[in-house]
Amino acid sequence: MMDSEAIARKHEKILAPMTRAGRMFWATVIPLAAIFLWSVFAFGWQYRSGLGETGMGHPVSWAFYLVNFVFFIGISHAGALVSAVLRITRAGWGTPFGRAFDLGRSSRFYWVALHAQFKSPLLWDFTCIMTYFTVSVIFLYVLMVPDIGLLRERFPNRRWLYRPLSLGWTGTEKEWSTIGKAIGILCVAVIPIAVSVHTVVSWVFGMQTQPMWHSTIFAPYFVVGAIYSGIAAIIVVTLALRKVYHLEDYLKPYHFNNMGLLLLTFTLLWAYFTFAEHLTVGYSGGSAEQAVLWSKLTGKYALLFWIMAVLCFVIPFPILIFWRTLPGLLISSICIIVGMWIERYTIIIPSFIEPRLSYVRGDYMPSWVEWSMTAGLAAGFTLAFVIFSKLFPVISIWETEKEEREKESNPR
Amino acid sequence: MVIDLDRCTGCQACVVACRQENNVLFAGEDEAKLGRAKFWMNFISEVKGSYPDVRMHFFPIPCMQCDHPPCTKVCPVEATYKNPEGIVAHIYPRCIGVRMCISNCPYTVRYFNWHAPSWPDEYKRGRNPDVYKRRKGVTEKCNFCIQRIRKAKWNAKREKRKLHDGEVIPACAQTCPSEAITFGDLNDPKSRVLKLSKSRRAFRLLDDLGTEPKVYYLKEGEWDDG
Repeated sequence: MMDSEAIARKHEKILAPMTRAGRMFWATVIPLAAIFLWSVFAFGWQYRSGLGETGMGHPVSWAFYLVNFVFFIGISHAGALVSAVLRITRAGWGTPFGRAFDLGRSSRFYWVALHAQFKSPLLWDFTCIMTYFTVSVIFLYVLMVPDIGLLRERFPNRRWLYRPLSLGWTGTEKEWSTIGKAIGILCVAVIPIAVSVHTVVSWVFGMQTQPMWHSTIFAPYFVVGAIYSGIAAIIVVTLALRKVYHLEDYLKPYHFNNMGLLLLTFTLLWAYFTFAEHLTVGYSGGSAEQAVLWSKLTGKYALLFWIMAVLCFVIPFPILIFWRTLPGLLISSICIIVGMWIERYTIIIPSFIEPRLSYVRGDYMPSWVEWSMTAGLAAGFTLAFVIFSKLFPVISIWETEKEEREKESNPR
Repeated sequence: MVIDLDRCTGCQACVVACRQENNVLFAGEDEAKLGRAKFWMNFISEVKGSYPDVRMHFFPIPCMQCDHPPCTKVCPVEATYKNPEGIVAHIYPRCIGVRMCISNCPYTVRYFNWHAPSWPDEYKRGRNPDVYKRRKGVTEKCNFCIQRIRKAKWNAKREKRKLHDGEVIPACAQTCPSEAITFGDLNDPKSRVLKLSKSRRAFRLLDDLGTEPKVYYLKEGEWDDG
């Protein structure tokens, strides 16, 4: 086993970005922080004068915030889920990705805390999300302990941060076996919890009497949608990291090809669920359901609905089959992220506009507060990620090291 | 409650009386455009057919006070519940404004306080002191003028007797000039509402959802929900 100094020198490229804070860094952080602070102001404004500052009304009593809630939870929860599944199935190529997408939760904390304050969703929801949050933070943290131990030796002037976090890690045999066991347990624990989170989020809709929400396939549909948008977000983030932090040696096209195949699988799954859901309603749904369906297919929401279909399926599907290159992946992932946000929107809003009693009609246009909060969330998400990447390595050093050693001892 | 649609003339006095009795805040033109108008007693009018064969339909919609209310079970803090009298009550201080009850009400008769209440000065002294004040961020709805039911019950208890049929009248029923609205106890075998609810003209709104509404409508011929 190499000593920490040698390992650190070998993986200089992973550690290097943590020591630099160049012009690019500030050019990213300052605008993001500004947008984020603006959204905090918008929230304060709304907190003072009431939810009337939004565009919501009767009968559209849930709108942008719920769309964001479903969307961001989906993105962040996919991270831990994907990394845990890959670990269990011993998919070696997942190693470089794991850390990067575990990061979803650092910003999620801010989101849940924010939401709980003003209008928390259901109790199940809240319980599941808090459980998930706790477990996934532990999961991420345990995976980082050996690296934090390394960092403690490497950056003496940041000891105040790394020393308590490293829990006195020295890398003895006993410590390695303990951490192996802990990771094994956490991997298994994180999967059902992560699935339950989005299942319960879907039940917030599925358990209701609103037309087009009351569907038994909503739980798997939402879980698939969450993982789908989550993988897309992971690909965008890792591509950005690869470029900005020059990690080409670690994140190879081969890794991205595999992620692309995973994304392709979920493109098909998502399309299958969407098709099944809408066909069932169209074929045998009641009049209230039909009203919502046709407002989506040909009515008021047709434009958004078909943009969603194009962004989530028509564009990414051929790209992922015929052009699974890095730019191709980037384009399809961005399309999917935007498309999935629109998907959440077209699930939530049209059902409100066309409730069961055909007399009650309303409209919805988001206000500046809602736009600011949405922008602020996206900015906060990115900001938390950027800061995280400056404090902790974005690729697990000890796991990369372990994998290399395994490859050396039994070359294929 | 039984509402006879054949008697309804569409004067909307019930809407006004309800607003007055329950301090239901008016939204104003701009806010109403955003869908913030509150109608504990909502009123729908519908024109059917075209000239010269035109028919107007009027349709007052209070809270249905369902026997199996979909709204109460989705509340995470039990701020709304079905009380022993069968009224779907709402505890304003307990409400945290999740609005799930609003979205799960198939009749869309629950309303949200989007802003802190503010009254014009001329109105302040006309408010009903018996009604609980709703602050911003809570849901509210028709409760069959629960304050009147309480008062009548206390009176009956003081006089050591049972409530008699027709003793409690909600504001909407009291004000209706054509006496289209009847209020009473559906559990009382001799009550007028029970007799009317058995009428062959009687129907309930969205009956097939299994919510068991306690508001019956009377209408000659078949009512189409559309």
